[in-house]
Amino acid sequence: MTAPETRGIQITNFRKLYGKTEAVKEVSLSVERGELFGLIGPDGAGKTTLMRAVCTLLVPDGGTVLVQGRDAARDIAAVRARLGYMPQRFSLYQDLTVEQNLRFFADLFQVRQKEREGRLEELYRFSRLGPFKKRRAGALSGGMRQKLALSCALVHTPETLVLDEPTTGVDPVSRHEFWEILRAIQKEGTTILVSTAYLDEADRCDRVALMHEGRIVAVGTPEEIKAGFRHVLYRLAGRDARELRRFFSGLPQVHSTQLFGDAVHVVFAKKPGQSDWEEWRHALEGKLEHWSPERPSVEDVFLELIGSGR
Amino acid sequence: MHETSVTTRELTRRFGRFVAVDRVSIEVGSGEIFGFLGANGAGKTTLIRVLCGLLKPTTGEATVAGYDVYTQSERIKQNIGYMSQRFSLYEDLTVAENIEFYGGIYGLARTKLRQKEKEILKNFGLHRHADSLTAGLPFGFKQRLALGCAMLHEPPILFLDEPTSGVDPRARREFWDTIHETAGRGTTVLVTTHFMEEAEYCNRVLIMHVGRIIALDTPDALKSRFEKRTMQEVFLELVGKEIGETRTRGQHGEQGEKP
Ligand SMILES: Nc1ncnc2c1ncn2[C@@H]1O[C@H](COP(=O)(O)OP(=O)(O)OP(=O)(O)O)[C@@H](O)[C@H]1O
Ligand SMILES: [Mg+2]
Repeated sequence: MTAPETRGIQITNFRKLYGKTEAVKEVSLSVERGELFGLIGPDGAGKTTLMRAVCTLLVPDGGTVLVQGRDAARDIAAVRARLGYMPQRFSLYQDLTVEQNLRFFADLFQVRQKEREGRLEELYRFSRLGPFKKRRAGALSGGMRQKLALSCALVHTPETLVLDEPTTGVDPVSRHEFWEILRAIQKEGTTILVSTAYLDEADRCDRVALMHEGRIVAVGTPEEIKAGFRHVLYRLAGRDARELRRFFSGLPQVHSTQLFGDAVHVVFAKKPGQSDWEEWRHALEGKLEHWSPERPSVEDVFLELIGSGR
Repeated sequence: MHETSVTTRELTRRFGRFVAVDRVSIEVGSGEIFGFLGANGAGKTTLIRVLCGLLKPTTGEATVAGYDVYTQSERIKQNIGYMSQRFSLYEDLTVAENIEFYGGIYGLARTKLRQKEKEILKNFGLHRHADSLTAGLPFGFKQRLALGCAMLHEPPILFLDEPTSGVDPRARREFWDTIHETAGRGTTVLVTTHFMEEAEYCNRVLIMHVGRIIALDTPDALKSRFEKRTMQEVFLELVGKEIGETRTRGQHGEQGEKP
């Protein structure tokens, strides 16, 4: 453990109220320098509020937020000067072309000429916007616009980078490449705080925190998070996943059920015996074709912790 | 799924010289859940906007609910619900006011509107927020409200453009339960998504690349044709290859075999 003032981000007993609702309740969190840290949680959990506090954009109702040792509520100018932030809804200049937008942000962040061209090439490659350099931002598809916004946030290499759901609406191929770029930026020493609704992305972070109803309910490496799964998980497959789910959700020994693509994840309070399986297979008249114990994913832990899917 | 509710033939839409939708022919049956997949810029939204009567095609034919997209776009709008990728809610109205506003647009009678309002608030978990300003709601709640508003007039065809983008895993599953119930009652659902496991929840999926159809089938048929375990792997293989930088990093994708 390092001293608080030398950490990338140190949040201590942070609280934020909106009217009478407590959006964030006494949260403490430390992110090491150069760490790639993920924030996950259901809608309204308080992730954006926490990120905005790191970015000096709101005043806490309690507690402190230090960014690279500087107080985000007091030392606002100094924190901002060393920070990159991409909000959930990022506004581009709709009338400027792709290239003009990128160059505008490169100027704004004073990216040096000799780094600039290399970085832009890298960003064009990941975003696949190279062929569309001359197209107005307003005429891009939703995901292309998101990738342009993301590219604008990545033109410089700040000390701290805060990205609020950057991959929303980004296609699977580009998402993969986006994470490679994040890794490259991390290698240059940047501390990165990123939130996401794609839980497979949590596996690519050094550590993640799971927020729920204004609190942090789990924090650790992806492996530690998965090890925190408290029940017994099985993956079931068969002819009709929805029918399988309906059947199992009605059993007393079942804690919860979830659809995972064409399979069903069934969470048991304790491990069922072979005779149980034979009985269920029989009752389902051949609809249950396959079952096996499954290693929980971060998504399974998430669903277990926030409670859903009876 | 016998009647068709959407039919296109060689449907094409250009912007200047750029071809966004390129000779697309599809038939979607009533009650079907039909998914559109494709990389960013593939043409999904453009195709949906043409089918909703919001954009005129350049060439080709299309009918929606039996109405022609060239000449009967007003009739089409009365028979569909459309939830756009950047959905339009009135941020300075409350949740309940938004529902009432859209009810007005669709000409719902007062009692019907009251009933639908209750239904939406309950089914979408919005009852606690009825009097909250829409602007202050978390993103996922806005998304659900937008779907509710698009379904107020109980249209036979629903177009949902990335309804679950930015929505958390629990809310996404609830959302898909709603979609399944809706389709079960006979509503046709055409939906785009970038979550490949959601592709598995569709009856059939269309994969687009630079405006063209590169695959169209049931998820099961696609997985077996490409010998993949998941739609994510199918997508990375197919679209990754088209993009010219195949990166099938899935557990089973290292072989790089030809389909
Ligand atoms: N008004 C316009 N003028 C010029 N080009 C346009 C216009 N609208 C869309 N395009 C282009 O058409 C192509 C398809 O866009 P579309 O929005 O249909 O993609 P999409 O498949 O929905 O992508 P995404 O997954 O990012 O939402 C893109 O290259 C886009 O830039
Ligand atoms: Mg789109």
